[in-house]
Amino acid sequence: MAKGRVEIDDNRCKGCALCTTACPQHVLFMADDQLNARGYHPALLEDPDGHCTGCALCAVICPDACIKVYRYVTRRSIAASL
Amino acid sequence: MTIVDVATEELVYERPDALSETFTHYCPGCTHGVAHRLIAEVLDELHLRERAIGVAPVGCAVFAYNYFEVDFAEAAHGRAPAMATGIKRVRPQNIVFTYQGDGDLASIGMAEIVHAAARGENITVIFINNAVYGMTGGQMAPTSLPGQKTTSSPNGRDIETMGMPIRVSELLAGMPGASYVVRRSLHNVKEINKARKAIRTAFQAQVDGMGFSMVELLSNCPTNWGMPVAESMKWIEEQMVPYYPLGDYKVAPELK
Repeated sequence: MAKGRVEIDDNRCKGCALCTTACPQHVLFMADDQLNARGYHPALLEDPDGHCTGCALCAVICPDACIKVYRYVTRRSIAASL
Repeated sequence: MTIVDVATEELVYERPDALSETFTHYCPGCTHGVAHRLIAEVLDELHLRERAIGVAPVGCAVFAYNYFEVDFAEAAHGRAPAMATGIKRVRPQNIVFTYQGDGDLASIGMAEIVHAAARGENITVIFINNAVYGMTGGQMAPTSLPGQKTTSSPNGRDIETMGMPIRVSELLAGMPGASYVVRRSLHNVKEINKARKAIRTAFQAQVDGMGFSMVELLSNCPTNWGMPVAESMKWIEEQMVPYYPLGDYKVAPELK
């Protein structure tokens, strides 16, 4: 199961591909068949096998600050029995 | 009573509040955007957003005032440190920073920056060094490397006639009024994280009233260097870093 995921603001992305070079899991790709409103090919998360760890390296290198990173966490908690 | 595992999703990284929603005009892959984001993150982190006043330069970052959610003034070419001096002296309670490129700071604004550092003005300077004049079309800057081809040095910078590039951090570290002068790079994630820490320390130096602080950031210019973005990041690492060594050139003992 994936430990995280990223959300890319398609319209803000300028298609520089720096996130794809920074991603240690190689789950980011450029959408060569898509164009955003400003004419760039935006970056895309393709992670069917759930390799994304939510490390946020893509977000750290993104010059347009268009990547939001989420990490899945599991917490133990006490549930009242019904 | 039973113990259950609850899976939740935590937001670990998002656009800092101090960056405005405006789309930047920078070329794809330009590290100006990274530098903007780092400054915005630090302003948010230190809760300086309501107190900060930026001074934008002339150069590619001329529209920086549109990209931050803080007050901004636009200075004449190279005069950002002089304008910041005035703002800081009139409003000492505000946090004043300039954002300047190498054509702005190291060429036409050399006198202003040297004297601001010599006077120990309590301002923070973010200096973007990409070894070229970006906005005007890729002409040779005082920081262009020996042999670097630019539109005004098509055969490469000839050091016999044009001299060697100026190392600004080393120069300003010699000024008694400077409290924090360091050089960082933006060519990979590790260096970006180090740059972020340096920007934080530089702003902290100003908050503590330590005097002049400057962070020089080695940046790229894929458009005017004429190379793909990933290659330009490599060019910083392989060509710029050897001539402009990364490191701390002056750190006041109180900041260590």
